[in-house]
Amino acid sequence: MGQEQQELSLTKMEVKLRILRFNPERDTEAHFEDYTVEAEPMDRLLDCLHKVKWYDDGSLALRRSCAHGICGSDAMVINGKNALACKVLVQDLKQPITVEPIRGLPVIKDLIVDMEPFFAGYRAVKPWLITDDHEREPERERLQSQLDRERYDDTTKCILCAACTTSCPIFWSDEEYVGPAAIVNAHRFIFDSRDSGGRERLEILSQKDGAYKCRTAFNCTDACPRGIKVTQAIQEVKRAALFNSL
Amino acid sequence: MAHHHTYDAVIVGAGGAGLRAALEAGSKVKTAVVSKLYPTRSHTGAAQGGMCAALANVEEDSWEWHAFDTVKGGDFLADQDAVDVMCKEAVTSVLELEKMGLPFNRTEDGRIDQRRFGGHTRNHGEAPVKRACYAADRTGHMILQTLYQQCNKHGVEFYDEFFVLDLLMVEGSCAGIVAYEIATGELHVFHAKSVLFATGGYGKMFKITSNAHTLTGDGPGVVYRKGLPLEDMEFFQFHPTGLYGLGILLSEAARGEGGILRNADGERFMERYAPTIKDLAPRDMVSRAEFFEIKEGRGVGPKKDYVLLDLTHLDPHVIETKLPDITEFARTYLNVEPLKEGVPIVPTAHYAMGGIPTNVDAEVLRDHTGQTVPGFYAAGECACVSVHGANRLGTNSLLDIVVFGRRGGLAMAEHASTSKLLPIPEDAAKPTEEWLASLYDGGGPEFSANIRARLQEVMMDKASVVRTDESLGDAQSELEALQKRYSQARVRDRSKIFNTEVIEHIELGFLLDMAEALVVSARARTESRGGHYREDHQLREDDHWLKHSFISRSGDGETTLAYKDVTMGRYEPVERKY
Repeated sequence: MGQEQQELSLTKMEVKLRILRFNPERDTEAHFEDYTVEAEPMDRLLDCLHKVKWYDDGSLALRRSCAHGICGSDAMVINGKNALACKVLVQDLKQPITVEPIRGLPVIKDLIVDMEPFFAGYRAVKPWLITDDHEREPERERLQSQLDRERYDDTTKCILCAACTTSCPIFWSDEEYVGPAAIVNAHRFIFDSRDSGGRERLEILSQKDGAYKCRTAFNCTDACPRGIKVTQAIQEVKRAALFNSL
Repeated sequence: MAHHHTYDAVIVGAGGAGLRAALEAGSKVKTAVVSKLYPTRSHTGAAQGGMCAALANVEEDSWEWHAFDTVKGGDFLADQDAVDVMCKEAVTSVLELEKMGLPFNRTEDGRIDQRRFGGHTRNHGEAPVKRACYAADRTGHMILQTLYQQCNKHGVEFYDEFFVLDLLMVEGSCAGIVAYEIATGELHVFHAKSVLFATGGYGKMFKITSNAHTLTGDGPGVVYRKGLPLEDMEFFQFHPTGLYGLGILLSEAARGEGGILRNADGERFMERYAPTIKDLAPRDMVSRAEFFEIKEGRGVGPKKDYVLLDLTHLDPHVIETKLPDITEFARTYLNVEPLKEGVPIVPTAHYAMGGIPTNVDAEVLRDHTGQTVPGFYAAGECACVSVHGANRLGTNSLLDIVVFGRRGGLAMAEHASTSKLLPIPEDAAKPTEEWLASLYDGGGPEFSANIRARLQEVMMDKASVVRTDESLGDAQSELEALQKRYSQARVRDRSKIFNTEVIEHIELGFLLDMAEALVVSARARTESRGGHYREDHQLREDDHWLKHSFISRSGDGETTLAYKDVTMGRYEPVERKY
């Protein structure tokens, strides 16, 4: 098997970046700046942004942490599409690579936005297990069948990166809309057989800023770096609210 | 002038340990969580494989067997009283997480499913046992999400994106912290009766690491600069399956589900190193085996510098349902299809066994005699209880954060409700303010990024899987030179709002201090034990070295080492064979 292994080290390449910059202490409006860095073939976009920050302009501001698509810090608009900078390889991107902050949330500096409205939407759907107070807790674990566990598996994958919510045209135009990520997190509990807060959440999501605002543009599903079927989850929540079918 | 806040309890760090502590303390006293990241960005979320507890849902098991494995896996350096606490409380901890809503995978009869993991065995080493409770290969993600959900439910107060810079001490007791608000560049004094550090590890000192960019030893760094000791810093775990070139972790669960390590000849080389449990030997042994396979010319690839994790014989359904994330990592980052070909892997810096010394109630120790610092607590990877000894077993980190996060939260709440706020000076933030201002002065000649890159190379080459007195001596002199360069490097960006250049610069300073503590402790330990392997002292020396190191640094920069005997218990040291 060793001999068949493909060659992993290829040659370096030059990468051109166009980054939307905004420094609130200096600029009145955002503007693009161009950079050229040398990249390894397997470099992620995040590696190239680091090269700009570390060796060219230390003031470039972005959030990042785990660098492998798990922590959800570095969602940005990359060549017009929402993605995590640590999960796209530069060799797969058309150059110059344009990099902008995610849309629909106030920009604070460069690629950093104010996440508070996003988390407010998340908290609004009561994203925690709600249990019946009268029910006596079992001594051991609650039982859940593999089928029941499977029912909400997809929406447990959410890392709250906001790539879905900030790709949604409804969210851009209506900041009251709770947005796809909040509905995904409601779905995770509504379809969990151990939860008894489904009706509460469906009531919240039936209101005017809830799930019915969705116009099934599918941007969110395309944007999700975790491969969650976001639009489908929203449809399931809508259907449950409509037929009260829990 | 710095902002001022008063709390009963302040927790620094919002990963699993911090959030678990917050749930406990928050229900009893006025509590705040201060974290340099949004809580859900914490690295607990990257933990994959599972959390061990002797539930015996799938196979016969007992917490004593778990304790034995933990002690033996830690090469007999763990304190056995602490290990007993952890392994006993593991069972209730897992059940508690389930009740909070954690979506564990289930058995056919609906109970929490369990699977095999490295070093976990039935009846003291007879055979691998199914002990790891898991949620696909996203167990850490689920723990982090579940604890954050519960914190929101219970209204825990968060200060997100606040970076801890100083610990306030009043006559040997802890009285609060100073933190830097990243969004504004302003300083905040958190005056508190109890402070708990849960700031995570410092694996970013190595070039190849599974650790996040933000894991820079801030908590232990602040402690070390206060002249307080750090324990067992020479013990750093290298995980055997990091993606080649990147270090991104592929969970041990891959081997738990049947994955096999192979060298260039296609040989299952672990059969030679651990004949009984083979690929499921503890991480230090497997990483060393890989190191020697590569060193002796049996590495794979054009540079013969990696080995392969072979999953091709596994049922594709098992891979897709139980290991979905890690197979995606291989596809995304190396363009390798694990269903069809071996995945190139190398040892990757993963976990600090050492850290801020504590007892089983997470109380921080002032010195090797076991005296505590009143009002100061630590839990999780930044702490050293010690339950992991010289080498942590897989899954025991998630267990550690939940068990000792909870115990720390309880202890800090108890302390806060029975003691008074200690008076602190009005200008408590002044030393921090002056130090911060000095980072911009001058305009030195180089980028801190160059210093960081060199640090990571030096630590990888000279102080990682295999060490000698010579290599550690080289590292020590390189580190001295890097400290000098660091003191001359300057931050160029003077902005206040999200000045991430100054954050990274400060983080590098903490990393340099952690590297110093590691190298000095490692040089002094002239034996091999667990994650600390000395090619010039290949044997474990129980007569001399059954003890924990405590390193501290005085104001003039001199380091001192002291030692504390290991707390023994039921298990006498035996040769570590698997």
